[in-house]
Amino acid sequence: MADKQQDTSRTSVKRHGLATRLWHWTNAVTLLVLLMSGFTIFNAHPRLYWGDTGNNFEPAWLAIGTSETRSYVRINRTKIPSTGVIGHWRDDAGRVQNWAFPDWATIPSRYDLAAGRQWHFFFAWILSVSLLLFMVFSLFNKHIANDLHMRREDWSPRNIAATIWHHMSLRFPKGREALRYNSLQKLSYIGVIFIALPLMIATGLAMSPQMNAAIPWLPELFGGRQSARSWHFIIAFALVAFFLVHMLMVLLSGPIQQLRGITSGRVSIPLESAE
Amino acid sequence: MTNTLKPFALSLSKGRSSTSKKGQGFDKLSPNGKRDITRRKLLNGAALGIAGGLLSGCDMLNDSQSFRKMLRGAESANFTVQRSLTDRQALATTFPESAISPVFPSNGTKEPDSAAYARFAERDFAGWPLIIDGLVENPLDLTLEQVRAMPGQTQITRHDCVEGWSAIGKWTGVRLSHLLEQVKLKPEARYLVFHCADRLYGVPYYESIDLIDAHHPQTILAWALNDEPLPIGNGAPLRLRVETQLGYKHAKYVVRIEAVSALGGVYGGKGGYWEDVANYAWYAGI
Repeated sequence: MADKQQDTSRTSVKRHGLATRLWHWTNAVTLLVLLMSGFTIFNAHPRLYWGDTGNNFEPAWLAIGTSETRSYVRINRTKIPSTGVIGHWRDDAGRVQNWAFPDWATIPSRYDLAAGRQWHFFFAWILSVSLLLFMVFSLFNKHIANDLHMRREDWSPRNIAATIWHHMSLRFPKGREALRYNSLQKLSYIGVIFIALPLMIATGLAMSPQMNAAIPWLPELFGGRQSARSWHFIIAFALVAFFLVHMLMVLLSGPIQQLRGITSGRVSIPLESAE
Repeated sequence: MTNTLKPFALSLSKGRSSTSKKGQGFDKLSPNGKRDITRRKLLNGAALGIAGGLLSGCDMLNDSQSFRKMLRGAESANFTVQRSLTDRQALATTFPESAISPVFPSNGTKEPDSAAYARFAERDFAGWPLIIDGLVENPLDLTLEQVRAMPGQTQITRHDCVEGWSAIGKWTGVRLSHLLEQVKLKPEARYLVFHCADRLYGVPYYESIDLIDAHHPQTILAWALNDEPLPIGNGAPLRLRVETQLGYKHAKYVVRIEAVSALGGVYGGKGGYWEDVANYAWYAGI
């Protein structure tokens, strides 16, 4: 009976295109594997520098400090205690480990730099090719023009302020209005698709010695090879921050409908708002 | 790098506690009624199972030969794409003297552990041998003095370790192509194998490069670092510099260069020490 009731009061409408949905779920897996295999690679030398060079004899802006009982993450001069999580943690057998990122955060779970690099490069190829395909498809299916394009009204400070206020007061658009991206959504998706992910690929390539020889300006664009490595790490964490906000927004705005939309492509909205 | 060989227990049931904490947050955030929460709990349980399964699944995939073979396809793609799309003879960036790192780190073998090496070190490596043989027309049996008397080349380049660190050094040595002109490679020669005087964890170190890198204008057999004879930690008295690849390719303590047609029959068969013992990529241009 409930089904019948739903049929009369709600209607199913198109939400996300096929290219968007395929790319979304490809990314969900790819970015997670890249992050976790990236942690394995970071564990080989858990220090970050600015400039062309950086090694154990040069100052690092980010480093992991460990003693026999404690550990901390040092960012410039600020020491953040990290005992139990980063730099000093216990594995399942109860043994203390001093690797930076713990086993549950890395692929593979035990330290294996060669394997971490193999996972990382394989999924880096998937990321690069799928990003390129998504951009091309989104150009032709008008996803960029219709959904992501920041229109004049999206840029108005009044509109942006109102959208921020709506987010802060947890009032999300319902029905038909929820089908279009607001200015903050557009900005964050544009930021991920056209800025953060291309920068991840570019900073990754900037660490390659052969790419350095072939395109010498690439590492210089980021301030040198070690700076490129630092940016690679910083932007990765910006993407983690995006993911956390993304999850929060999905949970607050109706996770079942959102999951349905990004998987099947359709959502159900109240009938009156569809008219 | 030394840590690669540390044995680690496989943990197959990790990450559960953090996942379940996330699950509780999920419930609290739910604005819906009781019936929905039970459904959520069900979903949570499923998510928890998937998360735990995902993590242990990654380790299972990692240990699967066929899956690793697929992953290594990306390394072949790196090699093929870099070789076909980028300039193979492109020069690595060179730096001014002011950019030279105050300390050039030593990695891998810090000092070869053999009486023969110690005796050479005592007399500043006088008479250190360099043999060039294998698939060549005129095998050579040189000494360090003869190598140092050859036309030298100096370059200030950045050394990138696979671990992630970099250092800039000023290297002086003889171009490998100069040596190859003298020995005349046979047509079937495809690779050069660099045999080293050091053993790492009891296994002889070696590396190999193909003829494209062998003829690269910056590929040298270096005998000086920062205008001083090579320090022992950096490969005294002779080391390879192959500037468009990562550090583990730059064989130290070189005593013999062998031209071969294939790498399969050399040591472990994968073309290098780290390639054999820890599955590092043979091509280290990225």
